[in-house]
Amino acid sequence: MTGQGETAEHEWVDDHAGPVVRPYAVTGGRARPVTGTFDLISLVTATRAEVGSESGLGPEHVAIVGLCQRIQSVAEIAAHLDLPVGTVRVLLGDLAARSLVQVREPRATPAGLPDDSVFEAVINGLRAL
Amino acid sequence: MDYGRSERPAGAAPLPTAIKILIAGGFGVGKTTLVGAVSETRPLRTEEVLTETGIGIDDLSGVEEKTTTTVAMDFGRITLSDDLVLYLFGTPGQDRFWFVWDELALGAIGAVVLADTRRLADCFPSIDYFEGRGTPFVVAVNCFEGAKQYRLDEVQGALDLDPEVPVVLCDARKRESVKEVLITLLEYAMKLREERRRAVGD
Ligand SMILES: Nc1nc2c(ncn2[C@@H]2O[C@H](COP(=O)(O)OP(=O)(O)O)[C@@H](O)[C@H]2O)c(=O)[nH]1
Ligand SMILES: [Mg+2]
Repeated sequence: MTGQGETAEHEWVDDHAGPVVRPYAVTGGRARPVTGTFDLISLVTATRAEVGSESGLGPEHVAIVGLCQRIQSVAEIAAHLDLPVGTVRVLLGDLAARSLVQVREPRATPAGLPDDSVFEAVINGLRAL
Repeated sequence: MDYGRSERPAGAAPLPTAIKILIAGGFGVGKTTLVGAVSETRPLRTEEVLTETGIGIDDLSGVEEKTTTTVAMDFGRITLSDDLVLYLFGTPGQDRFWFVWDELALGAIGAVVLADTRRLADCFPSIDYFEGRGTPFVVAVNCFEGAKQYRLDEVQGALDLDPEVPVVLCDARKRESVKEVLITLLEYAMKLREERRRAVGD
């Protein structure tokens, strides 16, 4: 069962026809992370080169630590592991609670927006692309 | 939620700042194309699994809840510098996915509403949404071959936009064109911030 229609749109995106993993099986039925909120663009990096079979960690936890040797956003982790974002948040909560990942929530002013210097840096960055 | 206190390997570089811009508009208007034109990899896809009733993104409260919907979002990454990463998110167009939009719009620095002049009404919901939320947005008219060319002021009038809202032409397939659209959005968003700051006498 691939569950993926072959539309033109699908050719654009990086999905692959792996088996659909049941999210509940991965999280043990949990819907919320034990800690953290995990915005889609929160950036995650692993604090260790690898993790072994520590108690309570499953293959998806290990896969996240592997992926996050390079900085990844929550959305990227979900896309690469082909798991729904909600599931990834739960797994990241487990890892954050064990200090196996470091997380940076998006920088924001109290109004919920980045400060002026960020706007200027983005404009300059885009011009230089 | 205070990750500032979590351990960080001694001497490790701080994580970059991540920001996001939303790409909205009707189905087939070129959102994924635009994301792909300027991102460093092909667009990625991520999914939120939602209950049909759609109470909230994380309200998958029990295994007995069987009716779920998957909302897909295409997105891309642009690493602007060592300490700045921009993400572009193509937003799902349907009204009943507003709660996904709410999550996406939170903290977004702005939005690009893509419009196709053959189906202008398709972008009304996006415009209503960003106007209602106060999210800075620009309208980018994606020029498909065979579409009648309208003047930008005609589009502005047809969309009943605030005259301040930038309306620009674009080709979602072309990197330079998309860059221009994004820069227009950022400059407009900065101008709006300045105006709002002045309005509160800050
Ligand atoms: N001629 C032309 N075709 C485009 C342009 N942008 C997108 N398309 C095509 O329109 C179709 C739908 O684009 P897509 O990006 O998937 O739309 P989305 O549903 O908004 O993500 C694709 O076949 C694109 O190749 C454009 O600027 N000009
Ligand atoms: Mg698309």
